[in-house]
Amino acid sequence: MSTQAAPEDATSATTRYEGSVRDEALRAQARTGRTFTLRINRGEHGDSAGRWESYDVELAAGMVVLDAVLFVQAKHAPDLAVRWNCKAAKCGSCAAEVNGRPRLLCKTRLEDFNLAEPVLVQPMQTFVRIKDLVTDVSWNYRVNEKIIPFRARTDRPWKFYQRDVEKAQEMRQCIECFLCQDVCHVLRYSGEEKPAFFGPRFFVRAAGLDFHPMDAEDRVGQLRGEGGIGLCNITKCCTEVCPANIHITDDAIIPEKERAVDAFDDPFRGIFRRNGAPKP
Amino acid sequence: MKTTLVAHVGAPGFGRTERRDVWWLEPLWAAVGLAIFVAYSTWAALVGNNFAFGPYQSPFYSPYFKPPWWPLSASIFVLWIPLGFRLSCYYYRKAYYRAYFLSPPACAVSEPKHEYTGETGVLLRWLPVVHRWFLYLSILILIWLWVDAIRAFDFDGSFGIGVGTLVMLLNVVLLTAFTLGCHALRSLVGGNVRCFSCAPLGNARYGAWRFVTRFTGMHPWMAWFSLYSVALCDLYIRLCAMGAITDLRIV
Ligand code: SF4
Ligand code: SF4
Ligand code: FES
Ligand code: FES
Repeated sequence: MSTQAAPEDATSATTRYEGSVRDEALRAQARTGRTFTLRINRGEHGDSAGRWESYDVELAAGMVVLDAVLFVQAKHAPDLAVRWNCKAAKCGSCAAEVNGRPRLLCKTRLEDFNLAEPVLVQPMQTFVRIKDLVTDVSWNYRVNEKIIPFRARTDRPWKFYQRDVEKAQEMRQCIECFLCQDVCHVLRYSGEEKPAFFGPRFFVRAAGLDFHPMDAEDRVGQLRGEGGIGLCNITKCCTEVCPANIHITDDAIIPEKERAVDAFDDPFRGIFRRNGAPKP
Repeated sequence: MKTTLVAHVGAPGFGRTERRDVWWLEPLWAAVGLAIFVAYSTWAALVGNNFAFGPYQSPFYSPYFKPPWWPLSASIFVLWIPLGFRLSCYYYRKAYYRAYFLSPPACAVSEPKHEYTGETGVLLRWLPVVHRWFLYLSILILIWLWVDAIRAFDFDGSFGIGVGTLVMLLNVVLLTAFTLGCHALRSLVGGNVRCFSCAPLGNARYGAWRFVTRFTGMHPWMAWFSLYSVALCDLYIRLCAMGAITDLRIV
């Protein structure tokens, strides 16, 4: 009896660890034998300059920057802080800057870089550092709370078609990585004190609500007022970095700017304006 | 409600970035590209001659209107419309805010320290407003340029095609593609509709919005192509009129 138990245990142990054994085998296969240097900007809470540390990383096929950071964490610096959850460009938590460009660590392939030179990883510069690559993005949640919430219309049946929700749907692709907030020059270079400016992510959110066919509110006055949409000079950096490929400037900000012109600024439009425009 | 003006106090000065690519290339070519066009078009608009050849009419001088008492070039009566249209265009705004105002020069590159008001300042806040008016006027000019392009097939009463005809046709096609991508137009035809199936003419407006959206995607490209096609069209006709080149007849 006991002689039978041992091989059973051994089998179940293999089954249990099969996943990691397979991963290990894959990793061994993927090893390219090349190493490169990853330079990570590290620091404690509130340290905006930080210090650059260099680490050697073994390159594996298909490696993304997050893999490289986790390699450093595993082999060189167990106290390195990095935030991530999905490793599939869906949760938005691994937002940082690679070679100076705001990107998702898990969606940035090392093959895209010249690995003869070090690859630079730093936290998002617009937000206060918590530790190493992790930043405090809670300012965004406070902005979010200000946005006039969805209120359902009651004057027509709850029935609409694909074409009615198309504009709103694009805005719902947002994964809240806040890379657009990070890159936007209005927020990035305004110092500790953030201006009265919601930022591209929340223009996206407000536009998503404003374009919803069953929403009874209008946020155009809010955006023009405390939202500070006029501070945006449509230079499109938010669009360039958005990993969800939302056309932030073309499909959210400019349409809202046009709606603001309709509602407040165009004197000719005023002649045709009905039902009273929202107040700024 | 008044929008707070933002001073870029935290800005560490111009050009600070960890970017490793040639980020300055794009603003540089935009700055040079715009400057070359402005230099050529200012000259071509002010000389006031050599703007027509055979059935061809330079877009800088069309519609042609010149009262006898007017001492300067006729182009001044028309050029303010395309000029205003492009100066207030959402794409050109982006291009010159980046290339000339360096605000920002490129993404994640710091800008010179300055008071920043975005598009809330006394002047810039009117750009989106006047843009739509320039759009309406530009559509009228565009129709006129189509008439010109069709006239370019008419060689003294007989149908013909010269290289100049193709140049004029290409120019007006590019100008149309540029104008159709206008954000103000996109908003006008359907962008401002919250629920297509509830709005009057909802289906038609949805179709129009989808149609214009296709051109909006290529608006930056069309901005450049049509800018240079206008200048090259003028240059071609000018060189023909000066006798520097001969216009080849194809048909
Ligand atoms: S387009 Fe506007 S919101 Fe987007 S990054 Fe530029 S200034 Fe910020
Ligand atoms: S809009 Fe794009 S860049 Fe901005 S938070 Fe959402 S997914 Fe990220
Ligand atoms: S870890 Fe989820 S987006 Fe990168
Ligand atoms: S022409 Fe460029 S936005 Fe209108």
